[in-house]
Amino acid sequence: MELGEIVSVLLQGAVVTIQIVAMALPLAALMAFVFGLIRLYAPAPFKQLAIVYIEFFRGTSALIQLYWIYFVLPFFGVSIDALTAGVLALGLNIGAYGTEVVRGAIQAVPKGQYEASVALNFSASQRLVYIILPQALVNMIPPFGNLSIELVKATSLVSLITIADLTFKAKSLADMTLQVGEIFGVVLVLYFAIAQCLSLFFRYLEKRLSRGLGRGGVN
Amino acid sequence: MIELTWDWAFVWQVLPMILSAAKVTLLATLLGSLLAVTVGLIFALLRRGPSKLIRIVVYWLMEFIRSTPLLIQIFFLYYVMPEFGISMSPLVTGVIALGVHYGAYLSEVFRSGIEGVDKGQWEASRALNLTTLDTYKDIILPQAIRPMIPATGNYIIAMFKETPQLSAITLLEMLQVAKIIGSENFRYLEPFTLVGVLYLCFSLLAAYSIHHIERRFPKEGFNLR
Amino acid sequence: MSQPIIEFKNVQKKFGDTTIFDGFNFRVEENEIVSIIGPSGSGKSTLLRILMTLEGIDGGYINVGGESLWHMLWNGAYVPASNKHLHKMRDQLGMVFQHFNLFPHMTVKRNITEAPMRVKGLSRQEAEKSAEELLELVGLSDKADSYPNDLSGGQKQRVGIARALAMRPSILLLDEITSALDPELVDEVLDVIRNLAKEQSFTMLLVTHEMYFAREISDRVCFFDNGNIVEEGKPEAIFTDPKETRTKAFLNAYLGQ
Repeated sequence: MELGEIVSVLLQGAVVTIQIVAMALPLAALMAFVFGLIRLYAPAPFKQLAIVYIEFFRGTSALIQLYWIYFVLPFFGVSIDALTAGVLALGLNIGAYGTEVVRGAIQAVPKGQYEASVALNFSASQRLVYIILPQALVNMIPPFGNLSIELVKATSLVSLITIADLTFKAKSLADMTLQVGEIFGVVLVLYFAIAQCLSLFFRYLEKRLSRGLGRGGVN
Repeated sequence: MIELTWDWAFVWQVLPMILSAAKVTLLATLLGSLLAVTVGLIFALLRRGPSKLIRIVVYWLMEFIRSTPLLIQIFFLYYVMPEFGISMSPLVTGVIALGVHYGAYLSEVFRSGIEGVDKGQWEASRALNLTTLDTYKDIILPQAIRPMIPATGNYIIAMFKETPQLSAITLLEMLQVAKIIGSENFRYLEPFTLVGVLYLCFSLLAAYSIHHIERRFPKEGFNLR
Repeated sequence: MSQPIIEFKNVQKKFGDTTIFDGFNFRVEENEIVSIIGPSGSGKSTLLRILMTLEGIDGGYINVGGESLWHMLWNGAYVPASNKHLHKMRDQLGMVFQHFNLFPHMTVKRNITEAPMRVKGLSRQEAEKSAEELLELVGLSDKADSYPNDLSGGQKQRVGIARALAMRPSILLLDEITSALDPELVDEVLDVIRNLAKEQSFTMLLVTHEMYFAREISDRVCFFDNGNIVEEGKPEAIFTDPKETRTKAFLNAYLGQ
């Protein structure tokens, strides 16, 4: 097979990989914010629920979670297609790591900010929305950038439940043509390119957001 | 639809098989971490070395390894290396892939740990006319180790949790064994849940031990012999 | 005797095993300017922080404007204050902090207008008009659109004062507001407070290490040590003729006399 043909087949797989990232990333962000805030502010039973979610998804591995959702859930009568299972497993997994990012970033906002907002008589929700979160958001961007790269890497696992992503295409092309060197070389470069794009995007985002903080971080 | 209930008899039947596969998982983790620490240390020192070219090459190599999937790296080693006449068993392939992948992460940990040691220690060593090698070995590393323990431990736990990916090159670790049992018996619930619970237990235990080791470690560092 | 605007009655406060206040009593009259001086760790800042509801108390009562701060009457008995009660009580109080605590993600103008708009429900127009007046008062009209991190320490603190005043408090708490400033920036901040003190239109409680300033503007000076008022009185009396040995020792060490 010509290198051009190989690349064009692999690019189809890359599109699927990017689609999965595009679906799992918002899910992960949602989980991270919801459970991160619950973990910090909600009453005890909810907090414990959040801790169970976080510990479970961080303590076991992504591939096991993926298999569990894909192979075990159908036995409970929840029929789930491979793509949904993949997005769900990756979103929940990365989201669990994200809760710690959200929590850490909020806790890193200096205590004086909270005190000033109490002194100005803001309500608890106003303090969070107008004072704490806007500052915490900037702290969250770099670790979220790293997590998004972890997500891209983790999408390769969905090939093991038959989704035709970049890894799956590579593996089947390799089995078919035996041109393994070219194929896996191109695949590595493609993943690297996707990761670098994301990393650039997050760096841009960080710059944009910290400009609002008066160019100098938090005083 | 199959009425699904938790079957303890089935659990007891498959548990020994999964536990014996746990030995493979743990062995791969152990060897992988030894390799990762070695690779990490070498790369960390190279990134502080005198040659600018080497520093840049090592930086991009680390960046590349860290931002591409472990699974692809495993496939690469397993399928491409034989083209160059190097055939390795699934276990050896897995250990190398894990070791190099996490070595790339650890090199960052080691580098910032080494840079965290007070500059005055370097100056004092220069004043005492110690060689660079002796300074690293006797002065810098002993002091750098304690602050590195938590991050290093977390990466080793992370590595442990990625060992199921070795099932993709037919290594008979826990997940692969569970999958085989599942497909033979048409019951995935117990094997996959067992594997999940075992991973959770091992990770929690490891996290606890790391915390313990860090606390026991002398704050002033110790002599490397 | 008139009703005091602030009254501490037998207040207890602990941090873990450390007792800060053990049966502390204190009162401040309306429109009085009171300076609190004393060694660090003597509970001066804790006093202000308790009033601002940043710290709770472990016993006793505090009245602000004739109403209990940390308790409320419920079915004829005093119970711990609800958030709603605290919200109502905080309306009378404003605080300026040692480390400014400006909101770094908002312009100076926004720092001053945010709370009046969100908490008091002022329209943007009203809030901005008031902010302009306050910025003029503190001499920073040209900095309305700057961000806090572009200001000097003295400018930051003047914004801090304007921000507190924007909520129209009847009691202003000033917690070591010049301690974090370089010496040459202290006066521009103190001048603002001097002007406010002349107006005599609100109660001020300040914790300070600026002895000459305390002497100049206060109606009363309290020397604090170990969670107690060791000595209090007119500034002249305290600074020229202290009665207690601990006060003498402290002033000698501080003023180098």
